[in-house]
Amino acid sequence: MAGPCMSHSLWLVPLLPLLAVPATALLLRARPAAAPWVALLPAMLCVLVARLPLGTTVELDWLPSLGIALALRIDGLSRLMALLITGIGAGVFLYASAYLKGHPLLHRFMAVLMLFMAAMLGAVLADDLILLVVFWELTGLASFMLIGFDAHRAEARKSAQQGLLITVGGGLAMLAGLLVMGTAGGSFRISALLAAPEALLAHPALSWIIVLVAIGCFAKSAQWPLHSWLPNAMTAPAPVSAYLHSATMVKLGVYLLARLHPAFQEVALWQGLLTGFGGATMVTGALLALRERDLKRKLAWSTVVALGTLVTLIGLEGPLAATAAVVFLLVHALYKAPLFLVSGILDKKAGTRDAMVLRGLLRAMPLTALAAALAGLSMAGAPGFIGYMAKDLLFTVQLGVPGLLPVVALVVNAAMVVVAGVVAARPFLGRRMPSPAPVKDPPLAMLAAPMLLALLGLGFGLAPWLISGWLIEPAAAAIFGRPTGISLGEKQASQTIYYLSQAAIGAGVVTYLAWHRLQPRLAQQAWLDAYGPDAAYGRLLRGVAGLAVALTRLVQGGSLRRYLALSTVLTFGGAGALLLLQGGLALPAEVAGPAVPQLLLVLLIVAGAVGACLARLLLAQLMAAGLVGFGVGILFLTLGAADLAFTQFTVEVITLVLLVAILARLPFRSLDARLPRERRRDAAIALAAGMVGMLTLLAVQSVPFNNAIAAWMAEASVPQAKGRNVVNVILVDFRALDTMGEIAVLMIAAMAGAVLFRRLRSLEGRR
Amino acid sequence: MEILLALLFGVLLAAAVYLLLARSVLRIIIGLLLLSNAANIAIIGAGRVLGTAPPLVAPGAEALAASASNPLPQALVLTAIVISFGLTAFFLVLAYAIWRSEATLDGEALRLAEPPLLPSTDPALAAQAEPAAQGRGSALPEREGA
Repeated sequence: MAGPCMSHSLWLVPLLPLLAVPATALLLRARPAAAPWVALLPAMLCVLVARLPLGTTVELDWLPSLGIALALRIDGLSRLMALLITGIGAGVFLYASAYLKGHPLLHRFMAVLMLFMAAMLGAVLADDLILLVVFWELTGLASFMLIGFDAHRAEARKSAQQGLLITVGGGLAMLAGLLVMGTAGGSFRISALLAAPEALLAHPALSWIIVLVAIGCFAKSAQWPLHSWLPNAMTAPAPVSAYLHSATMVKLGVYLLARLHPAFQEVALWQGLLTGFGGATMVTGALLALRERDLKRKLAWSTVVALGTLVTLIGLEGPLAATAAVVFLLVHALYKAPLFLVSGILDKKAGTRDAMVLRGLLRAMPLTALAAALAGLSMAGAPGFIGYMAKDLLFTVQLGVPGLLPVVALVVNAAMVVVAGVVAARPFLGRRMPSPAPVKDPPLAMLAAPMLLALLGLGFGLAPWLISGWLIEPAAAAIFGRPTGISLGEKQASQTIYYLSQAAIGAGVVTYLAWHRLQPRLAQQAWLDAYGPDAAYGRLLRGVAGLAVALTRLVQGGSLRRYLALSTVLTFGGAGALLLLQGGLALPAEVAGPAVPQLLLVLLIVAGAVGACLARLLLAQLMAAGLVGFGVGILFLTLGAADLAFTQFTVEVITLVLLVAILARLPFRSLDARLPRERRRDAAIALAAGMVGMLTLLAVQSVPFNNAIAAWMAEASVPQAKGRNVVNVILVDFRALDTMGEIAVLMIAAMAGAVLFRRLRSLEGRR
Repeated sequence: MEILLALLFGVLLAAAVYLLLARSVLRIIIGLLLLSNAANIAIIGAGRVLGTAPPLVAPGAEALAASASNPLPQALVLTAIVISFGLTAFFLVLAYAIWRSEATLDGEALRLAEPPLLPSTDPALAAQAEPAAQGRGSALPEREGA
C-alpha cells in the first residue's frame, strides 16, 4: 500500500482543490444548482488523507541554489490538521451551498472557499519553510476575500482589511524569522531542522527567530493583543466563520507553533512567550465573551479563548500537555464549527443573532436544537462527550503548573460553560420569542454538517479508542518530539483536580442563569472598547493616514517655489554632505592661470548676474541677462572655443528678439512679490547652492583627467571623418545621434509653441 | 583658469537659483537663462583648459596641435546652447499663454492643476470616510446579507 504510487498521491491533496478553483467558479456560474456536489471533493480528499501512510514525503526542486524545494510531508500533526480541513470542509461546502442558495455570487464564494482549502492543505503539508509561507499568505488572502464577501457593506470591507493587515503584518515578521531560522539551522526543510536543531539552538539570533515567528503565529491565531480582527471577521457569512475563523485558519498559527515546538521546547523564552500571551488571550477572550450578546461574536471570543488555551498548552512541557493540545484542537473544531453553523441557521430562520432576543425555539426547530445541544454539551465538558476528556486533560495540565495559570484556567472554564449555555441552550429554552415569519428547521444540507460534527463529538467521547492510537497519539508525538505513550480515555485527573473542575462547571452554570443581568453591566464598561487593541488599531490606521496627508502637504503643497526650493535644498544638501564626507575642499592643478582680460570679463559677467537678480525693471533685467550671455560668449572665444562663441552670439540675439517680441505684450514691470523675509531665505538657499556647486566643480577638476575620448577624436577627425574642425566633426559625425536629438528637441519646442499660440487664438476667437 | 571657471559657475548658479525661487514667471525665465550659462561654464570647466587655440586641424597636419583646446566639451556645450534656446523660447510662449488665459504671472497664483486643499484635510470629510472604530461590544452588527 505504501508504494511509490501511494506516496505520490500526496501531491494530489493540495493540487486537486487548487485545480478545482477555476472549475468550481465556471461550473457554478453556469449551474448554481450543482453547488452541493462540490462538497464531494473535500470528502474524497478526507478519505485519501486518512489512507496516506505517516511519514510520506514528496519533493520537487524549486530553487535548488537556495536550498528551497516544493516538499510535502505528512505526519501525525499535519494529518490531523488535513483531516479537519477536508472533513469539516466537506460539511461546510454542503452547508454553504444551502446557506447562500440563490446568491448571485455563489460561484465566487465557493471558488474562494476552494482556494482557501487548497492553501490550507498546502500550509499544513509543506515541509519547506518558504513553501509554508506561500500557502500561509494564500490562506490570508482567501480569508480577506471571504470576510469582505458582502463587499457592499462598509463594515465587511473594513473587517476584511483589518484581518489582512494584522495577519499579513504578522506574516512579514514570521517570514523574516523563518529566513533567519533557515539560514541559522542550515536548512529550509522543517523535518531536517527538527531532526537536528543543535545549530539553530546555538545561534546568537535564536531569540529574534523565536520572537519573530511567534509574532506571525500570534497574529494568525488571534492572540492578545493581535486578536481584535477575529471578532470583527464575524461579518463574514456563517460558513466562513465556522470554517476559517474557528476550525482551521486560525489554528494555523497554533499549528506552526506546535510544528516547531520539538526544536524550541527547552528554550525559556519560547515557553514564556507562549504561556504568557496564551494566558493573557484566555482571560481577555473570556471576559469579552461574557460581555457579548451577538451569537457569532460571542463564539468568536470563545474561539479566542480556545486559541489562547492551545498556545498555552504548547508552551507547557511534557507529553501530557502535548496530548491535551491535540485533543483540545480536535474537540474545539468538533463543537465550535457546529455552533457557528447553528448560529447561522438561527440568523437565517429567526432573523437575529442577538442572544438576548433569541428564546424558546425548541419546538420550532427541534433538530437544530439537538445539534446545538450536542455541541454545547461537548463544549461545556459534559461526561460522555469528547469535550469531557479534553477538560480532564486541560485541568490536569493547567492546574499542575505553579503561578497564575490554574486560577486563569478555572475562571476561563467557568466562562466557557456560560458561553456554551447562552449559545446552545438559551435560544431554545424559555418563552417563545415573537417572530414575523414562522420559524422551522432548515433543509437537510444545512443541518447535516452541524449534526454530524456534533455527533462525532459524542461518538469519539463514547469510544475514544477509535481515534486514540490512530489520530491523537501520532499528532501529540509530533508536538512532543517523541512518542508520548498516552492513550485517550485513561482518567488523568486526581481527585482534587476533579472537584475543582466540577466547582468551575458549577460556577459556570450559576453565572449562566444570571447572565441576562450580568451582560448589560459588562456592556456598560465603555473603557474596554476605548482602550482595547481594536481602538488602538483604529488610531494607528488614522495616524498613518494623517501622516500621509501631512507628508503630502509638505512635499506637494501645490506651490512651484516650494517644489523648487525643496529639490534645490535636497540636491545640493546631498551633494554638499557627500563632498564633506569625501574630504571637502580640493583645488585643481592648473596648466595656466587666467589672463587679465579674462579676469575683467568674469567680473563683467558677475556684475550682470548680480544685476539680473537685483534689477526691478524687466528691461534692466533683460540687459543684465544679455550681459551675462554675451560675456560668456566672449569668454568662450578667449578659451579657444570659436564655434561656441558664434553660436552663443547668434542665440543671444535671437533670444533677445523673441524676448522683446513677447514681453512687449506682457506687463513690463517684473515685480518681485517676495517678502523681504522670503527673499533672505531664498538668497541663503541660492548662496549655499552656488557654494556647493563651485566646490563640486573644483572637486571634479581635481580628479586626474582622462582625456582618452577627446584625444582619440582629435586623432581620428581628419583620417576617418575628413574634417578639420574637430568640434563640427564631433557634432555631425562622432556624436551625430546627439545632434539629431537636439534638432528633435528644437522641433518639439517649436511645435509646442505653435500649438499654444493656436489655442490662444481660438480662445480669443471665442471671446 | 579652472578655479576661475568654478568661481564663475558658483556665482551664476547662485544667481540662477535666486531667480528661479521668485514668484514671477518672468524672473524664473531669466533664472533659466542664467542656469543654462552656468551649466555650460561647468561643462567647459570640467573638460579642463588644456590650451586656448581653436580645435582646428592645421592644413597638412593629421591631428590637433597640443596647444588646441579640448573639442569634446565644446561639442557638448554647443548642443546644450541650442537646446536651452529651444527651452527658453517655449517658456516664453508659455508665459505669454499664461498671461493671456490667467491674467497673472504670479507662480503662486497658478494652481489650476493643484487642488486648493487635499480632501482628507477637511475634518468633516475625514470623519465620514473613516467611521470611528469604537466599540461594538453591545451594539449588534447589521444582518449579514446572505
